[in-house]
Amino acid sequence: MGSAEVIVILQIVLAVLVIAGVAWFVVSRRRDDAALAGAPAAPPRPRTAGRITGRISKASQSLGGALRSVFGRGALDQEFWDSMEEALIGADVGVAASTDIVARIRERKPESTDDARRLLREELEAELSGRDRELNLGSKPAVIMVVGVNGTGKTTTIAKLAHRLKADGKVPLLGAADTFRAAADAQLRTWGDRLGVDVVGGQEGADPAAVAFDAFQAARSRGRDVVLVDTAGRLHSKHNLMAELAKIRRVLEKESAVDEVLLVLDATGGQNGISQAQVFTEAVGVTGIVLTKLDGTARGGVVVAVERLLGVPVKYVGVGEGMEDLVPFDPHEFVEALLADA
Amino acid sequence: MFDSLTQRFEGIFSALRGKGRLSEADVDAALREVRLALLEADVNVAVVRSFLARVRDRALGADVSKSLTPGQQVIKIVHEELVNTLGGEVAPLRQSSPPQVILMVGLQGSGKTTTAGKLAKHLKSKGRRPLLVAADLQRPAAIDQLETLGRRVGVPVYAERKSKPARVVKAALKEATRAGHDVVIVDTAGRLQIDDALMKELADIAKVAEPDETLLVVDAMTGQDAVNVAKGFVEHTDLTGVVLSKLDGDARGGAAISVREVTGAPVKFAGVGEGLDDLEPFYPDRMASRILGMGDVLTLIEKAEATFDAQEAEKAAEKMVKGEFTLEDFLAQFQQMKKMGPLQELLAMIPGASSALRNVEIDEQEIKRVEAIIYSMTPEERRNPKIMNGSRKRRVAAGSGTSPQDVNKLLRQFADAQKMMKSLAGRGLAGLAGLGGWRR
Repeated sequence: MGSAEVIVILQIVLAVLVIAGVAWFVVSRRRDDAALAGAPAAPPRPRTAGRITGRISKASQSLGGALRSVFGRGALDQEFWDSMEEALIGADVGVAASTDIVARIRERKPESTDDARRLLREELEAELSGRDRELNLGSKPAVIMVVGVNGTGKTTTIAKLAHRLKADGKVPLLGAADTFRAAADAQLRTWGDRLGVDVVGGQEGADPAAVAFDAFQAARSRGRDVVLVDTAGRLHSKHNLMAELAKIRRVLEKESAVDEVLLVLDATGGQNGISQAQVFTEAVGVTGIVLTKLDGTARGGVVVAVERLLGVPVKYVGVGEGMEDLVPFDPHEFVEALLADA
Repeated sequence: MFDSLTQRFEGIFSALRGKGRLSEADVDAALREVRLALLEADVNVAVVRSFLARVRDRALGADVSKSLTPGQQVIKIVHEELVNTLGGEVAPLRQSSPPQVILMVGLQGSGKTTTAGKLAKHLKSKGRRPLLVAADLQRPAAIDQLETLGRRVGVPVYAERKSKPARVVKAALKEATRAGHDVVIVDTAGRLQIDDALMKELADIAKVAEPDETLLVVDAMTGQDAVNVAKGFVEHTDLTGVVLSKLDGDARGGAAISVREVTGAPVKFAGVGEGLDDLEPFYPDRMASRILGMGDVLTLIEKAEATFDAQEAEKAAEKMVKGEFTLEDFLAQFQQMKKMGPLQELLAMIPGASSALRNVEIDEQEIKRVEAIIYSMTPEERRNPKIMNGSRKRRVAAGSGTSPQDVNKLLRQFADAQKMMKSLAGRGLAGLAGLGGWRR
């Protein structure tokens, strides 16, 4: 957009703000008047926390066992299909994907609930089949960027990935290009010390692209096999931060191909994961997903929708706090866990 | 925040708005859409079910107002029920005798440490003397992170590198009494609610800390699992409140509704940015209004009030109505506006604008260019752009590093916008009649 459009928007905003400023006085004056006149305030509707909690806990117990009860019953009626859909939605598969999957199972006209259950697994596994989930380490040193929103577990994932690579006989180097979060560098260095892996970082507030570049140069001159670049967590809705991320990739590409861009998604997260995957893919070309925190009660069903919409494969899943707790994604196991209640 | 839910409701209710009467079928059709919207917003399925049941009961129930159309009635009920579910009113921190102890708990990566730092700054700005306590001995460098945050907000941090969390807290409380801190904020390690060992550790910390507030920090992006997480923490701690973090993203934020309904604990704060100032009280009514596409006018007003000089604003408004708003006024007001935060955020709060300008990307570079052009004009030119002739335009273009075409375009658009502002401001002031009722 050009300057001219900007000025129109600025003026609209300004106009509203100025109105808002004036409104404040009008309103507060009027409120004072009302208070003087003794106008009664609407009483809040009484409600007890206990009542709500009780209701929900009952409701989600019944949901927790939704699939069980669904599959326990004999009739393939509307209620059955609705509960199947809700069970999928409850696993964060999302409304669109869930509706679609259930519709496809119905089309295949299963004969019994058991049959429907088998087809559901089949459909889900089919959704996740036929993708290359291998880590691509073409160049030397191979370059892996790790990106994602705040708090998904990027740094921990990098440590675990470095551990895996070492176990495979590769020598990794870590680049601490998260120069924004307080002590992010220290966190990565602690991992580096534990793993016996070099860490290249920069000052807090340094240009992350420069740090990434330094890390790559160090990896090359020291003859390392892989350089893992940690980046600051950023909400994908922050345009300038996404531009910064794209710059890191561009700068790295001046020297070498970027072999993998791994997006770290938190399994606890809901449908926003789709939007994250879309925007990060547009900005830096995500090549794979790491689904973290699957050791909790979250099912991470959003990756079904992500794979279907973007075709970006899940490559690893995080299943615990230990070094070994990063394992290759296995669609069959994932589907089993997704439908654990069935 | 809640953008997509807002969009959705706007669609649903613009269809309902036109109707004269509302049948049971209408209500059910509307509620089907509401259901989809809430599910897509990550509200837990069970919570959605009970929410819709409440709305339906009320919509079909006896309390039919004569002053509202049926469409307005449903909107009102959905809105009220959303406000209720979100907690009704702003929930402040509890008052207690010093030192007040605040325990931050939550899953890994939900934003506890950052929120602790923000809370310390918030309380400090209210004249309190906070002490931050690093009781996260789990995550590498968590202590470093808290110490860095403490330095930035000018609040001391109590930490012991080789210790047990409960022991650290005990010593910290002693230190707080000794040094005269009236509020102690304890940052704990992130933990899964099903990790029995760590949940027991949390109970041990709580036993020592005897917190006045136990705040569960929940990521606004949380999905269906929000219900399980909340239940787990409610079981093991005496939750008194919730902080919804990362609300500045585009997550629909349904987790707020789920968590509130499960815990019964009010959402007390919302994290709305990466800066240490970006912690706001959580306003259920504003949030519900926002969900329903009514915009977040109240937050906007409050920000404006804190930033703008009232008399200046009134003068500016008067000029706008009369069409006398010059580039000079624009520049002056714009400088004020910049203090309120990024333009994109402000835009999102304006009712109507959120849908009209949803896809507009505001490029900060462009804003700088606009500023540069206006700065390159003389005060006289800013007051009276009509005197801008070819040579003046060339001078301004050269001075601002733009082209005469850019200057031309800007002047033309400003003139157009001026007319628009005139009518907008006029209508806006007239529309204030209805505003008094929004505030509770």
